[in-house]
Parts: sequence; structure tokens; C-alpha cells
Amino acid sequence: MSCAQTIADYGLRAIGIGERTLPRSDFDLCQQFALIGSGMIWNIYFGVLALAVGFVLATALALAKASGNPWLRRPAEAFIFVFRGSPLFIQFFLAYSALVLLPKAGLTILGVTIPTGWLTRAWAGALIVLILNTAAYSAEIFHGGLRNVPKGDLEAAEAYGLTGWRRFRRIVWPTMLRLSWPAYTNEAIFLFHATTLVFFSGFPAIRQMGDSLYYASYFADKTFNPFVAYPIVAGYFILLTLGLIALFGVINRRLNRHLPGAAHRLKYRPKLIR
Amino acid sequence: MFAQCADPKALDGLAWMLCYLTSGTHRLFYLSFGTVLLLLAVTAPIALGMGFAGAMAARSRLAPLRWLGKTYAAIVRGVPDIIFFLFVPIALDQGFEWLRSRVYCDPSVPVRQGNEFVVCAAAKLPQSTSPEWVHDLYGIALAVVAFSFVFGAFAANVLYGAMQAVPRAQLETAEAYGMTPRQIDRRILIPQMWTYALPGLSNLWMILIKATPLLFLLGVEDIVYWARELGGSKTSTYAYPHGDWRVWYFLALLVFYLLMTWVSQRLIDRLSGALSRGQATMAGESMRKAGAAA
Repeated sequence: MSCAQTIADYGLRAIGIGERTLPRSDFDLCQQFALIGSGMIWNIYFGVLALAVGFVLATALALAKASGNPWLRRPAEAFIFVFRGSPLFIQFFLAYSALVLLPKAGLTILGVTIPTGWLTRAWAGALIVLILNTAAYSAEIFHGGLRNVPKGDLEAAEAYGLTGWRRFRRIVWPTMLRLSWPAYTNEAIFLFHATTLVFFSGFPAIRQMGDSLYYASYFADKTFNPFVAYPIVAGYFILLTLGLIALFGVINRRLNRHLPGAAHRLKYRPKLIR
Repeated sequence: MFAQCADPKALDGLAWMLCYLTSGTHRLFYLSFGTVLLLLAVTAPIALGMGFAGAMAARSRLAPLRWLGKTYAAIVRGVPDIIFFLFVPIALDQGFEWLRSRVYCDPSVPVRQGNEFVVCAAAKLPQSTSPEWVHDLYGIALAVVAFSFVFGAFAANVLYGAMQAVPRAQLETAEAYGMTPRQIDRRILIPQMWTYALPGLSNLWMILIKATPLLFLLGVEDIVYWARELGGSKTSTYAYPHGDWRVWYFLALLVFYLLMTWVSQRLIDRLSGALSRGQATMAGESMRKAGAAA
């Protein structure tokens, strides 16, 4: 079987397109590259969506934590404490075991029946956990940025007659983002790495549609050889990380465009600021 | 454990719960918290040592040693740590068995036969005749090595940064006094770097705590394993039948980890306060001012 044929068969296997069964014998390199690569679709799906939704939530949480009103601040602090203080792995297990307890027939609220089965699937359940998790970590980063917005910027905004939402939108928010961007880049990379936990933490891979590490461990189990499949998935992740650093670097330069010389190259310091 | 627990079917309410929570399997569950603490206690010093070696190697004058140190510190960048947790134990296990097979078995027989990894019985690790606890201990030892390897690389990053942060003038002065490179390392560099390393190391400790449930992935019977085992619904053929209680067990684990990180944070804050006292840094200065004002 040619490599092009293998890619056609397994390139989209992770989302259920192509060959129904996984290869069982005569494993070749091409199969491993194709299948593990198709698993990356899930890692990117979880990472991109969790980042996008988590970003909005994190901004709100950071503002709530910085707020003087204890009714806003306390819940935000508690949320951040719970999600930063416990392992993501346990959060996945807890969420899954709680979601399977929901009634199979669906929840009936005010006469409307809402189906619940989809929540126990990885694409929804694990995504929710990842969103909440990254929101907590990012909120802590944004809160740090918010505290470091220069006093002079706020005074200048007031002098220009900017208040409320306009002051936030045009002065506070861009400065907060600019200050926390290097740390946020780190968080984004770590989030993508954390997506490999999903299919090892209770959420089942339905019809063997899993992520890249799921397929890598499948190959390692079948061939008793960890020296091929794991380096392949590691290679994919190095490419993904480099891509993320490039993308976040572009945004970093855009955020710092009014400060010549301020946009240092983003340096990735793995996880040490989590 | 208690005499009244002999017939759980006859119990109800609080007595049932008390007997349930002290059953034999639950005592294994409580012991597995000890496994987690043991892993932390053993891994942290080893990882610190490996990180120190890595950071020293990365600063070495010998180019190959420097490359080795820098590569070690760099491998954890860009690659999820879970991959290492899955890879290192199995790779080590196969490496040991391969080495032993070259000594104890017929060397002409290859260990890789198609999709199988085969060594003769004499080279197996641990030996199939060895008792159960040796197998358990071997599994935990491999886990310790995997954790130490990954967290050693993180620690190498932190310590390398801390060494670079020690003011150059300090090292140059030592050189001017005629100290050898080794003396400079021992008397100037290493005593001073800890202040700079503490924030990174304490953060690393928190990450290490939060990585311990990954022991489950390595096949160790840890707290996650027991939470799944005990929490799954039990039919009436069991002594203590109950429904799907996994959510409560995982809630207990969540609380355990929250306590661990909370206590750690309190201790770290106290430690960094103690280290900053009297230091000519911003933290030390603000402590002095607060003391003077009070």
C-alpha cells in the first residue's frame, strides 16, 4: 500500500472519515505519521476553542478579581483557587464522573427537555473543563497585567475625558494584554500540551477516534516499541509549539507597535510561571 | 477491622458508612496517599540534583558537555510532559531488559522479533518468581525516574536562569581575587543563586504536586486508581453494594490536592519572607519599612 493511499485512509481517521479499523499488523512509518497526525486535529480543536472562549472568560474573571466589590471578587478568587490549585487530570475525572450521573433521558427544566448525553462526550465535556481551567490560569495572568497598568496612563485617559467602558476598551484592556502577553503565550502553549490528557482521563475515545497521544500509545502498545510513535507525536508538538510562538509573536508586536524597541522576541519559558 | 463490621448487610446508616470507610480496600486507598507523598519526597531531591547537574553542564566550558546540558534543559520545551511519562518508563524497562538479555541470554537471539519484544526468562525485570511487592516497587521506581527526568529538566531551566541572574560583578571580583572557577562556583555562585531560584523552584514544586495523579498513567495503583476502583458501582454480590460514587471519590481527591497546594503556598510565602528579611532587595526594603512604620 502506497503512502498516499495510507494518508487518504487514515489522514482524517480521528474525526471518523476513512478506514473504519485501525491498522493491526505490519505497521509502517507512514501509517504512524498519518494516524498520529490526524489525532492532532483533536489537540488543535480543544486548544483553539478553549483558548478562544477561555480568553473572554479570563478577562471577565480578572476584572472581577480586581474589583472592589466583594460579591464579585470572592467568587472569582474561589474559582481561580480551585482550578489552579488542583490537577487538571483530577478535574477531568471529576467532571466526567459528575456528567455521567446526569439523567440519561435529559434534564427537564420548565417543561423543556434538554438532552445531556452529549456532555459526557470528550468534544463537549473535556472542552468545558479545558475552558474553565485555562480561564483560571489566564485570569491570574491578566489580573497581574491589570495591576501593572501604569497610573499615568489612567490619569491621561481621565484628562482626555475617557471613562467607563471607553477607558477600559481603549486604554486598560490593551495595556493589560500587552503586559501579560509573554506569560499568556506560555499558558497557551501549556494548554495545547494539556489537551493530550483528555483521552487518558475517563472520556472515552468513541470508535477509536482519539487525539495524537491516544494513537501514539496505541502504536506503542501494539508494537512494544516506544521509540517510534512517541518521538513522532513529540515532533508534531514541537512544530505546533513553534507555530504558536510565531503567531503569538505577531500579536505581541502588534500590541507593542506604539513602543519602538519594546517588543522583545517572545521567549518561551516552559510552565515555570504557571 | 471492627467486630461489628463482620456482617455489613445487617448494618445501616452511620455504622454502615463507618465500616465501609474502614474496609480492607479502603485502607489500601488511604495507603496510596502515602505513595503520592513518597513519590513527592523522593522525586523532589532527585529532580533538584538532576536540574543542578543540567544547569552546571549548560554553563560548562567544554562544548559537548554544554550542548548536553542545554539539550536536556530544552527537551521539555515544546513537548508535553505526558509523552515523557509514557515514554521514559517503557524505554527504561526495555533498555534494562535488553542489557540483561545480552548478559544472561543467548546474544544471537534478537530481542525485537516482528512486533514483539522478547527476552529470555533470566533477563526479565523484575523476575517472574519475585514477590508482588517487588513488582510494585519496580513500577514506582520507574515512575520516580520518569518524574525526576522531566522535573529535572524544568529545574535545570530554573537553576540555569538563577545562575545567570547572579550579578556578573560578583563573579568578576572573585576572579580578580584569584579564585579558581571551581572556587567561584562553590563560594560565590551557588550560595547566591538560591534567592533568584526560589520563585521558580516553588512554582515547580506546585507543578510537581499537580503532576502526581499522572502516576495512574504509569500503571501504579495510586489514588486515582483506587478512586476509580472503589467509586464504581458495586452490585449486591459485594459486601458493600452502592451506586456510582466516583464523583465523591474524585471530589475527595480534589480537596486533597487543594489542601496540598494551599499548605505549600503558605509555607513558600513564609520561606520567601524569611529569605528576604534583611536583604538589599525591594522585598527586603519594603519589609524594613513596614516594620519601621508599625
